[in-house]
Amino acid sequence: MTSRRNQIATQAARDVTLAQLDGSNRGGQWKGAVFKAVLVLCITVAIVTLVAVVLQAFFTGLPRLDMNLIRNMPSSIDRSTSGMQSAIWGTVRLMVGVAVTVVPLGVSAAIYLEEFADRTKWYVRLIELNIQNLAAVPSIVFGILGLAFIVRGPLDLGFVVYAGSLTLSLLVLPTIILTTREAIRSVPGSIREASMALGATKWKTIWKQVLPSSVPGIMTGTILALSRAIGETAPLLLVGATVFVTYNPDGFFEGAFTSLPTQIFAWATRPQEEFRILAAAGIIVLMGVLIVMNSLAIWIRNKFTRTW
Amino acid sequence: MSTAAPPTDRTRPDQIDLTASSPRWGEKAIVGWLFLCAAFSVLVTVGIVFALVEPTLEFFSRVSLGEFFSFDEWAPTFQPPAFGVGRIVAGTLNVTFYALLIALPAGLGAAIYLSEYASPRAKRILKPVLEVLEGVPTVAYGFFALTFITPIIRELWPTFLPGALGDPPGIFSAASAGLVMGIMIIPTVASVSQDAMSAVPASLREAAYGIGSTRMQVATKVVVPAALSGIVASFILGISRAVGETMIVLIAAGATPNLTLLPNESVLTMTAFIAQASTGDIATGTITYYTVFAVGSLLFVSTLVLNMISIALVRRYREAYE
Repeated sequence: MTSRRNQIATQAARDVTLAQLDGSNRGGQWKGAVFKAVLVLCITVAIVTLVAVVLQAFFTGLPRLDMNLIRNMPSSIDRSTSGMQSAIWGTVRLMVGVAVTVVPLGVSAAIYLEEFADRTKWYVRLIELNIQNLAAVPSIVFGILGLAFIVRGPLDLGFVVYAGSLTLSLLVLPTIILTTREAIRSVPGSIREASMALGATKWKTIWKQVLPSSVPGIMTGTILALSRAIGETAPLLLVGATVFVTYNPDGFFEGAFTSLPTQIFAWATRPQEEFRILAAAGIIVLMGVLIVMNSLAIWIRNKFTRTW
Repeated sequence: MSTAAPPTDRTRPDQIDLTASSPRWGEKAIVGWLFLCAAFSVLVTVGIVFALVEPTLEFFSRVSLGEFFSFDEWAPTFQPPAFGVGRIVAGTLNVTFYALLIALPAGLGAAIYLSEYASPRAKRILKPVLEVLEGVPTVAYGFFALTFITPIIRELWPTFLPGALGDPPGIFSAASAGLVMGIMIIPTVASVSQDAMSAVPASLREAAYGIGSTRMQVATKVVVPAALSGIVASFILGISRAVGETMIVLIAAGATPNLTLLPNESVLTMTAFIAQASTGDIATGTITYYTVFAVGSLLFVSTLVLNMISIALVRRYREAYE
């Protein structure tokens, strides 16, 4: 493929030389400055919007950011004291379900792909291609899968918390596989060779050397995957996170449930001002949880990651 | 020391036996389990396909292909029902178009800035900010579009524009959803593009600087062409994300299956239809239930094609430079 690289280099050299010869880059200092300003503008638009999203939710939701929000159940009668306790508990249960499902599955898959897989085999390439594609499948398609196979169909769980957990687990599986692979890859080969030279088997090497060294990376990846799952709304709408539940979920496998994002969605689409304020307050809670999770992930990454 | 006796007492076997002393069944079982976990991801895709195929076939046994792939009317829950999917495909394309109008140039600009201009310090700050932007729940973006952007564009709409384009949008509009979705996609486009630009060898840049190019020339004439396949991949991934996004359009774009590309009208997208029709418990066996799967199939196939093109393009630049 060096020919392609040479092609690019030749073409670039020709363009640049032509610009020098016909003088089109002389006296054009302002062009560079304008170009840079446009680039800065591009990135500023993104950042300003981020700030606006946070601030707008914060100032809209501020009046309802009180203890009632956490203490009370959702109510359409007492709008001024309605809370979202059932939604918070629903989300907590959902996330526990996601964590216990996706971590063993994702970490095992990552170990296989990094330590055992032979990349010349067609099925390994198929698995890798498949994971790359799954990461970009729209989340609502996972909702359809959940509805057809988990809520109904082969698993037939019904509209319960774990059906939601399982659907979200499939959704974030690629994330956790990719981050765990990176963590495993960053353990230097010399560690493995030293362990094997002392007579350890391959699995003992992975279990006693590679995995302990990559725990911080795996934990960071897990938190990032959970923070993606916690904000997902669309698939939950399909697998039965109904929007109006006034009691906490009974268990993982029984009873209707709701979740923070679906509750926010339900409030956001109601025309009354009180519900808008409630939706904004819910967004603040959700974003607060996300910020804590992300900070934790960054902290773990900086504090525990070993440099070899 | 005087007479060197040959070491006859130490005999060396001709062949050293290096095979394992035991068959290590436990180890093999573990590898088998790990393989199953990796293969499970393929099962997920197979599951998606199976979940979609059967109800979709059932749908087409009741509704003809010609009726589905038309622009006539979209009213699957009405009596009599109508299934002109062209209407909601147009809705998806409408919002996607306005989203990309923002996301592609801004994403590319941000990538060039991060790759060619930003100091390491600026990069350390800006990259995590973009990651946070990518992690904002889409329901929060939807709320922002409906309660912040919509009032602004209704107020500031250029009413001097000719014809229907001059009418200020209503509470739900493609413009509001498209605008916010565009900003949501900027980090996706920026991070994939920037990866491609970082893979361009420094020697190419240095050669261009060496013959007297400016920074802007290096960026536009050397780095962008050299990273082109990665940039195109990021664009296609951006399209795929826009087509598949649900919450923003569900909240801010409305639910009217208008056949229009005007930004000031309310539109129904494929994703919004699926979410709307299946919120709560829809009865299995009804035509609405099967319609959800038929639209889901169309959505899955179109994003699958886009993702595959994007993955192939990323591989191309990886092969060229790594």
